[in-house]
Amino acid sequence: MTAPTVAPATDLAPRIFSRNIDDFDVPHGREEEWRFAPIKQLAQFFEPATWGSVGVAGGHGALVEHVDINDSRLSQNWMPTDRPSAIARAKATHAVLITIAKESIHSSPIVVNLENSGKNSYLHVEVHAGAFSKSQVVLMHDTTGNVNGSMLSIVGDQADLTMLSVIDADLPVTQHLHWFTEVGRDANFLGLSITLGGGVIRTVPMVTYRAPGGKAQMLGAFLLTGHQFQEHRILVDHTEPHCTSNVIYKGALSGEGAHSVWIGDVLVRREATGIETYELNRNLLLTDGPRADSVPNLELETGDVISAGHASATGRFDDEQLFYLQSRGIPEALARQLVVRGFFVEVLNKIDDPDLRDSLMHRIESKLGIVDHE
Amino acid sequence: MSKLTITDLHACVITDEGETPILRGVTLVVESGKTNAIMGPNGSGKSTLAYVIAGHPKYTVTSGSIDLDGEDVLAMSVDERARAGLFLAMQYPVEIPGVSVSNFLRTSITALRGEAPKLRTWTKDMKAAMSELQMDPAFSSRNVNEGFSGGEKKRHEILQMGLMQPKIAVLDETDSGLDVDALKVVSEGVNRFKDQNDAGVLLITHYTRILRYIKPDVVHVFVDGKIVATGGPELAEVLEADGYESYTTAARA
Ligand SMILES: Nc1ncnc2c1ncn2[C@@H]1O[C@H](COP(=O)(O)OP(=O)(O)OP(=O)(O)O)[C@@H](O)[C@H]1O
Ligand SMILES: [Mg+2]
Repeated sequence: MTAPTVAPATDLAPRIFSRNIDDFDVPHGREEEWRFAPIKQLAQFFEPATWGSVGVAGGHGALVEHVDINDSRLSQNWMPTDRPSAIARAKATHAVLITIAKESIHSSPIVVNLENSGKNSYLHVEVHAGAFSKSQVVLMHDTTGNVNGSMLSIVGDQADLTMLSVIDADLPVTQHLHWFTEVGRDANFLGLSITLGGGVIRTVPMVTYRAPGGKAQMLGAFLLTGHQFQEHRILVDHTEPHCTSNVIYKGALSGEGAHSVWIGDVLVRREATGIETYELNRNLLLTDGPRADSVPNLELETGDVISAGHASATGRFDDEQLFYLQSRGIPEALARQLVVRGFFVEVLNKIDDPDLRDSLMHRIESKLGIVDHE
Repeated sequence: MSKLTITDLHACVITDEGETPILRGVTLVVESGKTNAIMGPNGSGKSTLAYVIAGHPKYTVTSGSIDLDGEDVLAMSVDERARAGLFLAMQYPVEIPGVSVSNFLRTSITALRGEAPKLRTWTKDMKAAMSELQMDPAFSSRNVNEGFSGGEKKRHEILQMGLMQPKIAVLDETDSGLDVDALKVVSEGVNRFKDQNDAGVLLITHYTRILRYIKPDVVHVFVDGKIVATGGPELAEVLEADGYESYTTAARA
């Protein structure tokens, strides 16, 4: 094994990049990056057990392959940044590789249904969007039990990639998911993380740039009911000049014991001049009882930026909005539906495909038990 | 012919500290084709009356009744009241993020009529109604009340009233925040609505200014949670000249 790469100190970026499990200590819960997480419920992700690998359900086109983890086409540069991701990379036997050919244009979304057989699985998915290509990739996490792993989106120069990662679990699943994105020169990336339900879910999206001029949007819509936990810990690492990043996460929580954590870290390195960045998290508490933590962090190593801002707010479902709509004759259930739809619309409207957009909205509404009156 | 009858209405506001009585015996009748103006000092309970008629959950009625053409309004939910023909143009209309004006209006009209309006006539009707109130057509794609100026909010309330065609409309300080030109446009909207629908109007205001454009049949003076004097249009002029002082001191005495 090679020695781990140790990055220069910043408050936000990971310090260690390595495929060697032992380069990462077992978290005890007091570390900054683990302090919000229910560490006991994640313990199975800290031990290098022998688990199967997540595969793809049903038939799939030539774009989607189930490959050996040692396939030379998988990213050789990418390195895990914590113990779970190092374990998953070391112990996974297979990966899902989605290759969008250079200059190819895909007008309809490429939907990939991820599935596992056993109770516990490692996941490794890579999406390689070739230069000048345009595509939408939808990863449906139809997995059960414990899943630990990473998704990589490698966006080629001037490529345009929309990628959705949808977790819509009825069963109490536990997931630890990294999502690493590298944006090429003048490329355009739109990442959407849709997390509806589940038991304990921790996602760690990280966006970085390979060359100047890239645009990245990282959007999230999440929903928690009852005793569920979700943490979304985002890092945008501005390493190149003239790039933009836009992070918008919206969460709706209901029920006693629901707990969400949103951490939005943005690091602008000294060389990343002329960038624009904005991050926003809004949480809507539909009932009494849930807790939503929201922490935006912006670390600027250069003052030479076009704009840099963040906002975060958590509010209760607004009875005044309900009253206003009802006073116009709209029945209560439909009024609630309108308000919740309106809350998520900012995120979901970024999805070009109308069928996909509607089906996600429908999933959200059915999760909330909102009856559809249309 | 419709008739809203309010009889000896007492109501409290529910706050964290408990219940505070605000309405102390309001008796009032609003009939089709008639305009009742309610004038009174700040904090006298005018908006509370409007909200209680509409069924706002923050207020509880402790005694008295509200009846619309023989139906018990107090037994109805907020949306049932609207469907029964009551409308409240609010003093402070509420923002609904992510919900467009056109979607909102269409949903509302569908709920009120029990069926969706035909798309073609609907778009035409909405455009016509907006142009009568001198509203930019681009308004329909904006989110409900979000970023609207004070005047735009009030026009939007009157737009809704015109489209929803209630039997009885309560207008809570629709004139506040309007400049003279906007006041004229909005007042014409109210008069047109009233004439076309033979509707009853309860107009709450601080100032006589709006009463030059919307002629009241009856003027009530509202102090400390109840009506303390009732007269014809000339009463408004007296209030404009003398203020409420004689009434407020009388109410406290
Ligand atoms: N939601 C509420 N919470 C607490 N107090 C309230 C609430 N609504 C009304 N009140 C109190 O009740 C009284 C009457 O208020 P209301 O808004 O009905 O008066 P108003 O006559 O409409 O005043 P204005 O002319 O300023 O609009 C005031 O003292 C007000 O502070
Ligand atoms: Mg008022």
